[in-house]
Amino acid sequence: MSPSLRTPAVILLSALIVLALLAPYVAPFAPEAVDLASRRTAPGLLHWFGTDALGRDVLSRVLYGARVSLAVGVLSAALAVSLGVAIGALAGYVGRAVDAALMRLTDAMLSIPRLPLLMVLGAILQPSIPALVLLVGVAGWMETARVTRAEVLSIRGRGFVEASRAVGATVERQIWRHVLPNAIPAIAVAATLAVGRGILLESTLSFFGVGVQPPAASWGNMLYQAQSTMTTEPWLALFPGLMIFLTVVAINSLGERLARG
Amino acid sequence: MLSRLAQSFLLLLIVSAVVFLLIHAVPGGPLTMYLENPNVRPEDIERLRASLGLDRPLFEQYLSWLSGFVRGDWGFSYTDGRPVAVRLIERIPATLELIGVSLVVAIVASVPIAVWTAVRQGRLLDRTMNGVTLAAISLPAFWFALVLQLLFAVWLGWLPSSGRLSVVDRGLADRVGHILLPATVLAALHGAAWVRYLRSSMGQALRQHFVMVARAKGVGERLVRYKHALRTALLPFVTVVMLDAAIIVSGAVVTESVFAWPGLGGLFYEALIRRDYTVLMAFLMLSSAAVILLSALADALYRALDPRVRVAAS
Repeated sequence: MSPSLRTPAVILLSALIVLALLAPYVAPFAPEAVDLASRRTAPGLLHWFGTDALGRDVLSRVLYGARVSLAVGVLSAALAVSLGVAIGALAGYVGRAVDAALMRLTDAMLSIPRLPLLMVLGAILQPSIPALVLLVGVAGWMETARVTRAEVLSIRGRGFVEASRAVGATVERQIWRHVLPNAIPAIAVAATLAVGRGILLESTLSFFGVGVQPPAASWGNMLYQAQSTMTTEPWLALFPGLMIFLTVVAINSLGERLARG
Repeated sequence: MLSRLAQSFLLLLIVSAVVFLLIHAVPGGPLTMYLENPNVRPEDIERLRASLGLDRPLFEQYLSWLSGFVRGDWGFSYTDGRPVAVRLIERIPATLELIGVSLVVAIVASVPIAVWTAVRQGRLLDRTMNGVTLAAISLPAFWFALVLQLLFAVWLGWLPSSGRLSVVDRGLADRVGHILLPATVLAALHGAAWVRYLRSSMGQALRQHFVMVARAKGVGERLVRYKHALRTALLPFVTVVMLDAAIIVSGAVVTESVFAWPGLGGLFYEALIRRDYTVLMAFLMLSSAAVILLSALADALYRALDPRVRVAAS
């Protein structure tokens, strides 16, 4: 890891990913283990984050929830960025009618408020986790497409691209070999922001009951379940939300650092 | 100008097709509410499908829905049978009140903060504010709303936890008390993003040649900042605020749902729980139309305000 990336944000994210991967080994309890004798216990030595109405350990559920939340965030961002790069590169490189059509589609997609649209689709579909990744990813390509298009437009006119065209490189080769590699820094920033947005969207959808469905735990649906008993068991609402917040702050500050170069 | 209008119109058409197709193409579609109900028999579903025209080709359905929609026939709410248009219109004032108050607060707070930090770039204050705004744009809005509710309504008991008005006391203090928490959530969310945007565009403006020239010919620093740099930076800011309309709609849905604010966002959430498909469709179309309208307006405003664009166009 280059020293410029050894920031608190990256350390926090790495720790989180390791903990999520190792959840079966580090979680003190099984996430679904019901313990009716110790229901609604406040945070303490045995249950660091307390327990919920069924006596399930909140810390363990938060750790397992991290797997779902991070996976949905990363995979949906991967999908969104792939789509965005493809659409943006096509629009920027081919230009003319293709550009106009793709950019109008991008404008249209950006005009539909994203969260309500996904909430309606989530309500109809009751999505499984892969379906949720698909939904969030397909709704998230527009920002990357715009960034990629702008980069491609500025790069394709440069001398080295013209030179490759002059010596007879195919369009594919020009894009893959010469244009896209130079657009990577900008795409990396867009990708980082897409991960943060994916995590926020997943948690918001799950909070409204139209995202990750119980019994699987995600940070968002833990908050959905916490809402009704929030006044008596505030720890149920506190910890999962804090995890979302810290993760997204870390991701956004990483994005900011990447943008600064 | 005319071509811009034509473009907006085209955009609206694309949006309507995208929304319609997405909702109708997914399994379940508009009849989800009935499919989930164990008391509705399969043959009833088939009858409903036929009577609502859902067995016709998708494109035909789209055309008939679109022609109804532009004529103001938005259908009837599945929940209470009233016309969808009536249900939506009666919720508009509450939403305008909440969004209006929070946007005014966000703008009034973000402009001075942005100017303040832009002229002190790299200093402690600037770095602290950068951290604060980064945190604010990373907040999950619904969780922030829950925490505020817990803190100020449940534990401290200073403010009501939800709604727009109390049953008995309907004075100004009661109104302010109710709107304070939801407006804070929205204002923090949007204000933080705007501070970041305006700080960077103000910073760029301060590095421009005309600012250097103004300073060189002895214009006072205050005048340079506010007349030369801020004016330049505020122009794109005006359009950024208006272009954020789609994000503001999403924010309103979250905030109104958590605080049971009786606006459009609250209606959307009620309709979502009951799978009230006609209301959901109308909400999506109406809010997308508002977003497109505002972006066309932002464009026109930008032309009107910026002499450089005006001159270049003529």
